Order: sequence, then C-alpha cells, then structure tokens
Amino acid sequence: MIDGALGGPVDQEYLLQARQMQAMSFIVHIPLVCFGIAFPAMVLFVEGLWLRTGDPLYKLLAKRWSKAMVLLFAVGVVTGTILSFEMGLLWPEFMATFGDVFGLAFGLEGFSFFLEAIFIAIYVYGWDRLSPRVHLATGVPIVLTGITGSLMVIAVNGWMNQPTGFRIQGGEVVDIQPWTALFNSNLWHEFVHMYLAGFIVAGFLVAGVYGYGWLKGRRERHHRVALVVALTVAALTAPVQLLVGDWAARTVAQRQPVKLAAFEGLKETTKGAPFSLPGGLEIPDLLSILAFHDPNATVKGLDIVPPDDRPPVEVVKYSFRTMVAIGSALAALGGWFLLVWYRRRRLPASLWFHRALVAAGPLSLVALVAGWITTEVGRQPWVVYEVMRTEQAVTGAGGIPVGFAALALIYAALIAIAAVMLRRLGRQPFHAS
Amino acid sequence: MLPELAVALALVALTGYVVLGGADFGAGFWDLTAGGAERGAPVRAMVKRSMSPVWEANHVWLIFLLVILWTAFPEAFGSIMSTLAVPIFLAGLGIVLRGGAFALKGEAATIAEARALGATFALSSVLVPFFFGAAVGAIAAGNVPLGNATGDELTSWTGPTSILVGLLSVAAGAHLAAVFLGADSRRAERPELVRAFRVRALGSGAAAGALALVGLVVVSSDAPDLFDGLTSGLGLVCVLLSGLAGVVTLALEWRERFELARLTASAAVVAIVAGWAAAQEPYLLPPSLTVSEAAAPDVTLAALLIASGVGMLLLIPALVWLFRLAVSGRLAYEDKPRP
Repeated sequence: MIDGALGGPVDQEYLLQARQMQAMSFIVHIPLVCFGIAFPAMVLFVEGLWLRTGDPLYKLLAKRWSKAMVLLFAVGVVTGTILSFEMGLLWPEFMATFGDVFGLAFGLEGFSFFLEAIFIAIYVYGWDRLSPRVHLATGVPIVLTGITGSLMVIAVNGWMNQPTGFRIQGGEVVDIQPWTALFNSNLWHEFVHMYLAGFIVAGFLVAGVYGYGWLKGRRERHHRVALVVALTVAALTAPVQLLVGDWAARTVAQRQPVKLAAFEGLKETTKGAPFSLPGGLEIPDLLSILAFHDPNATVKGLDIVPPDDRPPVEVVKYSFRTMVAIGSALAALGGWFLLVWYRRRRLPASLWFHRALVAAGPLSLVALVAGWITTEVGRQPWVVYEVMRTEQAVTGAGGIPVGFAALALIYAALIAIAAVMLRRLGRQPFHAS
Repeated sequence: MLPELAVALALVALTGYVVLGGADFGAGFWDLTAGGAERGAPVRAMVKRSMSPVWEANHVWLIFLLVILWTAFPEAFGSIMSTLAVPIFLAGLGIVLRGGAFALKGEAATIAEARALGATFALSSVLVPFFFGAAVGAIAAGNVPLGNATGDELTSWTGPTSILVGLLSVAAGAHLAAVFLGADSRRAERPELVRAFRVRALGSGAAAGALALVGLVVVSSDAPDLFDGLTSGLGLVCVLLSGLAGVVTLALEWRERFELARLTASAAVVAIVAGWAAAQEPYLLPPSLTVSEAAAPDVTLAALLIASGVGMLLLIPALVWLFRLAVSGRLAYEDKPRP
C-alpha cells in the first residue's frame, strides 16, 4: 500500500463532487480534442484539393473550416488549461506522489501543444499572405502535433490503468523509470482507439451539420463537397474502430479483469461465459469469445476482489453497452455510404440516410463520452490501478461544491456562446466566385 | 546540479508567461480602460490585431510551467495547488473567461454582444494576473507549507505581500502591453496610437515602479526573509538591474523609441523574477522546503531536461517565425488581404 507523499489521505467530504467536477471538465474538453485531432487533416485535405485542381470552391471551404477550427481550438485551449489545473487543485496527493513518474509525458505534450498553437496561428492567419504551398505546409505540423499530443496524454491514462516504471518500498515510490512509465503497454491500443474516435466524432458532427442543411434544402455544390469529405473520414474510420475496440477489450480482459467483469456485470468467474442482452436473453459463450477469442475461456468475475475494490458496476456496464451499440450503428451507417459511393459514385439520396447523419453527430459524442466513462469509472476505486485509491488522491481543500457550481455555470455560458458563434459562421454567405 | 537546472527551466517558462502572457493580459487592461465604444475603438482594434495570432502560443508557457513543476517538484506542486486552491482556481476561471470571450467576440454581430464579450475579456484580463501574483506572493512570503492543504486557504494569499505582488503583476503586464502595442502602432504607421500608447506606457511604467518601491517597504515588514534576500547578494543585483532597466525604459518611451523599450521593459520584468528566485534560494517553498529536497529523482529530472532540450530545438525556430510574421504584419485577422 502506498503512503501519499504529502502525508496520506485527508478527510474530504466532497470526494464525489470532486470526481464529478473532473468528469464534467473532461466531458466538455474531449469533443474539442476530437476536432484538434481530425479537423486539421480534413481542412488540409480540402486545401490540397484546391492546389491540385485550382477550383476556388475548395479554397473557400478550407478557409471557412479553418475559422471554425481556430475557434474550437481556442475553446479547447482554455478548457484544457482547466484540466491541467484540476490535476493539482483536485488531486494534489496523486500529483505529489506520482508526478515524477508520469510527468515526462506531459512535458512532451507541452511541446506538442506549443507547436500546435504556433502553427495553427500561422495557418489560420496566414491565408493569402503566405504562398499557397508554404501555407499548406504550415498545416502539416498541426496534424502531427495532434498525433503526438494525444499520444502523450493517453500515455498518462494508459499508465494510470497499468502503472509501471516504479516500485513501492515501505509505502514510498522508488526506482522511478520515467521512459518505462511513458511507454506503458496500454499506450498503443488506447491511443489508436482515441485517435480514430477523433475522426469519427469530428467527421460525423461536421457531416451531420451538412446533412441537416440537405434536409433543409441546401444542396449547392459546396454543401455536397463538405458532406462527402467529412462523411468519408467518418465512414472509413468507424468500421476500423470495431476492430480496435476488440483489441482494447481483449487487453482489458487480460490486464484489468475486474474492469472487464464490470463491462458485462459478470458477478462470478465463469468458464464459457455468456453475453447477456437486454430483456434477460443470453448468448452462450459469447463473452468468452469476445474477451479471449475462445468459447471455453474462463472469464474472471467481480468476485475475484472484495466488494470495496469493485467499480460501480451499473454505470460501467451501461456506458460500455452504449458505446458498443452506437459504435456499431455508426459503422453500419458508414458502410451504407461507402457501399452506395462505391457502386454509384454518389451520396445516398434517401431522406432517412440524411436523418441518420444528423443523429450520428450527437450520437458519436455520446459514444465518446460513454467510452471514457467505461474506462475511467471502470478503473475505480483506483486512481492508479491497484496502487492508489481515488480517496487517497483528493485534496484537503474546502469549497469543492462552490468551485464545481461556478465552473459549471461558466462552461454552460461558454458552450452556448460558442454554439451561437459557430452557427453564425456557418450562415455567412459562401462566395464561390 | 540537476535540480538547479530544473528550477532554471521552470523560471524560463515563468518568465515567458509573465512577459508574453502578461502583455496579453495587459492588453486586456487597455481594452478595459479604452473608453466608450467609439472613442476606444482604435485602441481596441490594435489590441485585437496584435493579440489574435499569438495569445494562444503565449498562454502555453503557463501549461509548460505547470508541467515542469509537477514533474520536477511534485510535492511542492501538490502543496501549492492545495493550499492556494482559491486564487489559482479563480485565475483558472479568469483564463476561461478571457480566452473564451476573446476568441468569440470576433464573431459578435451587435454592439451589445461585442460590449458584453469585450467587458468579460477585459475584466478577466485584470483578474488573472492579480490572482496569480497573489499566489506567487504567498509562496514568497513563506505561507505555503509542505502538505495537502496544510496552509491557511484564505489568509495565506491575502497578506500584504500577496496583494502587492498581485497589483504589481497587473501593472507590469499593462506596462509591457503598452510598450508592445506602441511598437506595433508605429509599425502600422498610426502616429495617433503611438502617442496614445506613449502616455499609457509612461503612466503604467511609473505606476509599476512606484508599486515596486512600496513593495520593498511592505515586504520588509511582512516577509523579512524575502526582504533580506532582495537587498543582499545576487537578489540585490537583480533588483538594481530591474530598477535601471525600468528607468531606461521610461526614457525610451519618452522619446517614443518603442522597439528598444520592448527589450528593456522585458528585462526589467525578467530581473524581478530572477531576483525573487535569488532572494529565496535555496528554498522552493520557504521557509523550509529546499529545491534539492523538493526535486524529483535525477533520472526524472534528466529525462525532463533532455526532452525539453530537444523540444526547444523545434520550438524556438517555430516561435521566432511566428513572432516575425506577426510583427511584420503578415498575420492579420482582416478578411481582405492588404494591398
């Protein structure tokens, strides 16, 4: 058992509120991360089309998207700042005890973020002032830092789920190996899962906006181009995500059996475990097949640890199912589009397809958040898996509910105003002359 | 050796934030005090033009500082963030309001909207440096003990030293902004704005200097150890250098030599930050936690320093390019390209 570096656990009446405040801050920020990951690549693709074809429509579209991109980036900068503040404001004992183990990843992320901020400014404010080729080139670092930045943040989350790169001796952290901690073995599947999620969420949300326009009768060429680009991005990634999800779930089954048991609400360790469906139906052996690719495999149940060491099962279970159900539906929707495109070289013309697109945007957000709830709540009661409990990490400072309420109000206003401004941006006339 | 290098890295980040981030907050101060919608419009337009391309990059110095602190000095970080939760959280809220309002006000459609967002931007621009300054003052005055919220959550940062450093941060930021904006106005060939920022630079520079002098008196009674550090050895050298740079800056401003004044005004701030570090050496959290006690193991420090060294090789050229483009007016927010 670990002793905290600041002197061990404190009596914090509002631990639950601290967790909820962290969760809220995260839920506000993570959709913006998706746009940080995927939007630059989409904008650059369209700008590249302009350079290849000389068609000014592509340039206008890329320019318009880049305005939305920088607006979302700015909101992401401030909400991301709140997250890094909260690391210390809410969980000082966690940071004090393990900051020197996992901090290196955040150091590298800091440089990524710095370069991203620099090049996004040059790119967005450099339209028509830099030569077209140089301008396109300044967008490349934005895409690359989107990869490295998310890789490094995910490295820390992977480490929290599979803490490596240190030993505990007499309650203290010793033998720190920061590079081992950084390249923990959870890093790759978590990163790929999140990186693809970025493209799915940004792709479907942008496609959904233009799908809504289609339903409202806006069917000019630039609408069609925007819809096809965004939808292609989402449609290509959504089916791949199913495979990555399978990889992630099998890794969890091996390394965090209690978390996997919570996914399925499996109370007892079972050989040939079934998969239960809503309404009490069960598919024999399916859970064993899903978790280990073997119908006879033994799946560990919640009973392998005492009740105190189990996560809140219902939350994890329903979040997991929500994510899987929506993810599968999105993959199917993407497949529908790809099939029609492959056979007829055009968008599906049906009303229901476009209605589904409008729903797919918000649903992809729900799946994203549900996925993060699955992994974060599924790790409870640990902040560092099987090493430090969340209640050991929390601050001794007072006033958490007041801070939570203040931040919630400010975020509500921020979201509302940002939504109005984005809508306004979308309504500006599109001159394709 | 490695702990001192890590402190130096943290001071680089802090200085970057105080000078560049501070100037952006100071620009908000001039936005706030620019006057009515019509009269203040030219100043506000210059603030927007100068800040838009660079404020996000300037803000990253803060993130960088946090990351260095929690990686290299995790226990001090936990102690600071828990005891000083109130001012730091308020500064965080201010950052959200400032950044959000600044980014979004570009799309405002009516005067009322622009006013509401502009006021939010400007007011929070004043609050953020005040609360950060108050937090720094609390550390310097020795009010942050090692532990999870073991210092007093209110009185630790409401003492005279805290209030003073808070006000000094606001004044220093405003002064830097006036100088930077004066230089930008000159390059944009706007003589009436050059004159406007000359007055502002002289006024805020005099205010910052006066606050610094009053500060020494306040510190001598409120934080005697800090006062001793600031009035002897390297601390004293830094204080004198800062004063000298301040006087030179005022002279340059008088003659509207803003290009040079940018450097001397920044130097005055850098010297104060360095003087603070020298004054409380060898302590990270005075009066008891030293830098070497607070430091992470060498292996972590080495990894962080190596990563930062490599990172700087990429970062610095990019940053220089951004500033050169911004300063030469090739990054502007207007839709129509300039002739």
